Amino acid sequence: MERNHMKLEFLSKSKNESFSRIVVAAFAAQLDPTIEELSDIKTAISEAVTNAIIHGYEYGDGIIRIEATIEGNVIEIIVEDFGKGILNLEKAMEPFYTSKPDLERSGMGFTVMETFMDDLKVETNESHGTRIIMTKRIENLPNKER
Amino acid sequence: MNLSMETRENILVVKLKGELDHHSAESTRKKIDKAIIEKGSKNIILDLKELSFMDSSGIGLIMGRYKNISQKDGKLFVISGNQYVDRILKMSGLLKIIEAYPEMDTALKNI
Repeated sequence: MERNHMKLEFLSKSKNESFSRIVVAAFAAQLDPTIEELSDIKTAISEAVTNAIIHGYEYGDGIIRIEATIEGNVIEIIVEDFGKGILNLEKAMEPFYTSKPDLERSGMGFTVMETFMDDLKVETNESHGTRIIMTKRIENLPNKER
Repeated sequence: MNLSMETRENILVVKLKGELDHHSAESTRKKIDKAIIEKGSKNIILDLKELSFMDSSGIGLIMGRYKNISQKDGKLFVISGNQYVDRILKMSGLLKIIEAYPEMDTALKNI
């Protein structure tokens, strides 16, 4: 697959969680992923965008930017916000840790991203925002189940 | 997200259809909690079979209902067997504390 790229910007409204994961899934569909691979990507995007809305902007209005690049059979997805950043990244990435237990957050966001994607990198700067870089290799087996 | 609820004796049966994410989880949680209080339900069955998407907000919703209901000695079961839901359910470790059944009949018998 030749290189391809897309960029999407939208307001940090929870209504846009569904919109953003569907857009990325439609872009990733060029790689002919299985239903499970596509579902993994949608879930990881949803976690990253939800984090930006709840933690990055704490429900205020802000811009969330998603960039996705296809190179060969690998898709790299960057989800970026320009909000408050993550104060303690190590703690935030621990399974079940949440800074907002009163909101019934499971604390599983980063664990889901790590598990469902092949690679996860998080860059965060206090009061500048957070950038989540995820990649997934789409297995191109001739007889794979679709 | 489409939600339908019915009461069978002291069990609140909730069928969820569509996508359960952070956006839909908030209103879903409020509706379920309101029904539990209004109907005085002791136990709850969450039918996840018709969900086409669920992320960790769904895990948070199930965990929250489980905590509330088990504090009052009630039980919470889930109905699953759906590729969109099972992977995250297993990954979260939720199935170690919550009983899951493939069909409603078996869940109703065991509650």
